[in-house]
Amino acid sequence: MGWLSEPVERLLEVALVGELTVIGRRGQPVTHPLIPLYDGERIYLHSSTLFSKKLEHIKRNPRVALSLSDPVALKGLTDRATIQGTARVIEDDPHEQWVGLVLDLWRRKEPVIDAFLKARVALPLFFERAVIEITPERCLLWPDGDTSRPPIVTTPPAEVAA
Amino acid sequence: MPRVAASDFAKLDGYPFVVVSWIDDAGYPVSVATDHQTDVSRGVVSLRAAAGDAVAIPTDRTVNVCGSHIHPKPGEGYDERRYLQLWGTATEPVDGRVTFTPASAWGWDEAEVPFFEYSERSVPQSRRYLAELSAEKGRTIRPRLALGWLFLRTTRLPFLSATFVPVLLGIAIAARHGAFDWWLALVTVIGASLAHLGINVSNDIFDTLSGADEANVNPTQFSGGSRVLIYDLVTLRQLVSLAVALLGGASAIGLYLVWATGSSTLLWIGIAGIVLGIAYTAPPIKLVHRGLGEISVALGFGPVMLLGAYVVQAGALSWEAVVASVPVAILVALILYVNEIPDRTGDAAAGKRTLPVRLPPAVVTDIYLIAALASFAVIVAGAVSGLLPPFTLLALAAAPLVLRVYRGIRQYYTSPYALMAFMGVNVTLHLYVGLLLLAGYAVAILLQLLG
Repeated sequence: MGWLSEPVERLLEVALVGELTVIGRRGQPVTHPLIPLYDGERIYLHSSTLFSKKLEHIKRNPRVALSLSDPVALKGLTDRATIQGTARVIEDDPHEQWVGLVLDLWRRKEPVIDAFLKARVALPLFFERAVIEITPERCLLWPDGDTSRPPIVTTPPAEVAA
Repeated sequence: MPRVAASDFAKLDGYPFVVVSWIDDAGYPVSVATDHQTDVSRGVVSLRAAAGDAVAIPTDRTVNVCGSHIHPKPGEGYDERRYLQLWGTATEPVDGRVTFTPASAWGWDEAEVPFFEYSERSVPQSRRYLAELSAEKGRTIRPRLALGWLFLRTTRLPFLSATFVPVLLGIAIAARHGAFDWWLALVTVIGASLAHLGINVSNDIFDTLSGADEANVNPTQFSGGSRVLIYDLVTLRQLVSLAVALLGGASAIGLYLVWATGSSTLLWIGIAGIVLGIAYTAPPIKLVHRGLGEISVALGFGPVMLLGAYVVQAGALSWEAVVASVPVAILVALILYVNEIPDRTGDAAAGKRTLPVRLPPAVVTDIYLIAALASFAVIVAGAVSGLLPPFTLLALAAAPLVLRVYRGIRQYYTSPYALMAFMGVNVTLHLYVGLLLLAGYAVAILLQLLG
């Protein structure tokens, strides 16, 4: 089971976009807006091979942060959070593997994806995808999104971290 | 990284807040949302310092400032996607605000670069990534499509209507003249279809090798080729094998029909069709590079197909078949002509001097209108002169589509994706005129049988 607090899990469950920050080739932060998915323990993002530079960055350095901060993309929720963690790129078969891993979660958040998937022939490379699996290691939460107050910082309990 | 332009500051102003990120002392990225004010004259962005040591914006390392926007459309996905990120350095806070000086910027706005174009421009990244992944895994990892979809995409199967219309019309005209053989009709349709698909595939090979398809970053459902080679969905060897198989099948059927009918005219028509189809893009002739593509398509999918199908049944040429082939030829050439409009930049880069590459937009649109109306004028003249049955005037019912396409071209000449709907209408125009001409012949044949 996951250790993220309930308000953070709620953000993850509704978020249409989060800002994933990875570490670039020269050690600089690079940010990518992506749709985050959550299975109650780990966070999943996915990327077409068309836009795969972020995957290359993660494979070089797996430390990442995910910011959930836009009320429009959070269905009106006003809390904000940043989750730091270690990411793993799952890419054994970019054609099929993501379907088994994240399609159900994606469909739950964006039912329209089935219609797009039926038109896979029109944009075949868009549906060649790798999955980014993030294990959360530290979380910063700003209730009501107020970053003029210090965040509530949480880390996994010892038994989870171990 | 691109330098920061004044327009980047203006764009950043459009976001209600920004996400500021950096790499913390533990080596992890960390982000915090905050408000911002840009000062383009000083080239800086003022950021409200977030509270707490955990998110104190550092002054000794690169800081990333990102604005992101999305407009969710429940049940449809989302639009108005855009983001902009700036990299630079920040100062210690003064009065609770940090001054950020950006040095480089990167972003995407789908209002400026449509998603499909953005995807197309990213194809080299996909190829590079998959090549590296293959090397890493020690096995070839390539994009895939289900076989049926791959065949449809590779051969551009839906365009077969361009073959069905002239072939069925040629058969119908022969039937009106009392010559009809089911078996030969069926074999003709199959042979002509194989030839069409084979030509599509061979054109794709030459367009990819010449760089025309790769230079085109605005492919649509109707233009820009199948892109199966560019996307690495098939290998060049597989594509060549498919072209050889399809054209070989078409040639074998053609020879069978020549043998079955004993018509040397048919042999020459078949040779003309294959030569026109291959020479369309193949070096050294490359008709389409010389501004002759439209004419060669008109000849190939007009008189060649229609007269070929007619000769298979009737054994000789007829003026009626020649006249009936003219509107079909014009309208099929206009399919290509309109589809070349969004391709013109890529075509020009690859030396394909099509008419939309050579001519100014106003002339291109006027030629469309004149040529489309001319196709209807030929039908009227044919019917009035008695060369075509009067019921072929049914085809005039499709004429309003000409104006829809014409207006669409005028309005969206420079917007490939908006133009796509009108490219579809233009394909429909050819199909409807063909079907209505066929209906006219069906009525004429029925009356002949009854009377």
